[in-house]
Amino acid sequence: MRELIETLQSDQSFFAGLPPAVLTLIFLVLGAVFFATVMALNALVMVYAERKVSAWMQDRMGPMEVGPHGILQTLADAIKLLLKEDIVPAAADKRLHWFAPFLIFAVPCAAFVALPYTREFVFTNFDIGVFYVASITSLSVIAILIAGWASNNKWALLGGMRAAAQIVSYEIPAGLAIIVIVMQVGSLNFNDISLAQDGGIHRWFIWRYFPFNLIAFVIFYLATLAECNRTPFDLPEAESELVAGFHTEYSGFKWSIFMLAEYAEMLIVALVGAALFLGGWSSPIPGFLNSGAWGVLWFGLKGAFLMFTYMWLRWTLPRLRVDQLMHLSWKVLTPFSFACILGVGLWMLI
Amino acid sequence: MTSFDVMFYVIAAITLFSAGVMVFSKNIIYNAMGLLFAFFGVAGIYVMLGADFLAATQLLIYVGGILVLLLFGVMLSQRITGLEMRTDTLQILPAAIVCGGVAAILLWMIWKTPWPKADIGPPEPTTRNIGTLFMTDYLIPFEIVSVLLLAALVGAAFIGRRNAQ
Repeated sequence: MRELIETLQSDQSFFAGLPPAVLTLIFLVLGAVFFATVMALNALVMVYAERKVSAWMQDRMGPMEVGPHGILQTLADAIKLLLKEDIVPAAADKRLHWFAPFLIFAVPCAAFVALPYTREFVFTNFDIGVFYVASITSLSVIAILIAGWASNNKWALLGGMRAAAQIVSYEIPAGLAIIVIVMQVGSLNFNDISLAQDGGIHRWFIWRYFPFNLIAFVIFYLATLAECNRTPFDLPEAESELVAGFHTEYSGFKWSIFMLAEYAEMLIVALVGAALFLGGWSSPIPGFLNSGAWGVLWFGLKGAFLMFTYMWLRWTLPRLRVDQLMHLSWKVLTPFSFACILGVGLWMLI
Repeated sequence: MTSFDVMFYVIAAITLFSAGVMVFSKNIIYNAMGLLFAFFGVAGIYVMLGADFLAATQLLIYVGGILVLLLFGVMLSQRITGLEMRTDTLQILPAAIVCGGVAAILLWMIWKTPWPKADIGPPEPTTRNIGTLFMTDYLIPFEIVSVLLLAALVGAAFIGRRNAQ
């Protein structure tokens, strides 16, 4: 970003007059607005996609009324949510009730910055890209706990605790699966990881070091699915269990922020999975549309495919009970991920 | 005033204000939230010093681990068992004198020390160096810390198990 500011200051006379601090602030605000818009648009498209995909899988049509084939349905929902009355429980902590949606919205917004969109242009070339995304997504635990607490509702609190326990437990296999990939690249930089997979579909990490990378991919997939509180791990939000879990007492716009953040989190873990295992911005056919802005297309397509599988899984598998959830994380995914690290490490040495 | 300075003052203000909230607030959850932003601020200071890996580790461990543990402890002990936890200030005058004295000594020390101005270039990535140092110069402390964490894990699992009898 420093280069961008320097070029602006040397070329345009208008921008040259402003001190660098003001320019930095302007870019920060623009960047934040841009990513917030990306999150909102993503939720718009994803909610519609989810409803349509679930409908087709259940042999029905889904939203068809609003706009052609129901395309404007999510927009209508968004307008409705904006117009709803904002109810805060009388005995709830108003400041914390207001603060939790902010934090949970900020977390995916901050993680979007580090992802590798194209070969040449990244928003910030973090050398710790993967680690940064992993540590930022762990902040959503706090937001969920505070949301559960601030509702002054036993079930919301329990939902928040369960969600926090689930996310914290599944961070471990996710991180270990990431380590499997980072070992093979030797760098935490997302661009280096995508470069190492450049040159065609046979170079993607998911096929290499068979079967360890494949198992690592499955572990990463399941662990990040649990981190987003998606079925089959959506016990914290289950309607039959805890009303609506930690966002029971949130109405109108604040609830939509929680949904926005959940879909944004899904997008982020799908994109990170695509970057780590499916080749990032490189195209599957070597040399075909492999440079410049086409990277965004390939990256987006891979992320969209993973999100489609998330929706597919949601409407196929039943929900896991809380003890089954914990058992899966601690007794199945973690040992397997350790075995993968061991296997890949030995393979790389020999 | 470069943008670096502006950033530093903003982050320092956030850290100090949250530390103030953490210390002076009567509500325990507000204290925890103050701690959250204080950790954020410290991570920001690490970034300004060029310690990128350390900043991400600070967020992951302190906020994602220790603060969550703190919140779990507070939440589980407060509303559910009916125990009312209040934070109060007792013995205000002696506390003010001692705190004022310590603060004065610290400030005088900071003022008097000739801090050398290091002219470092653009920050370079630290991950590789940290990893290499862990595996060469600091291998034994690294392993001892792992054993310590293992002991803590085993202890927690042992305390948390249900009685088989």
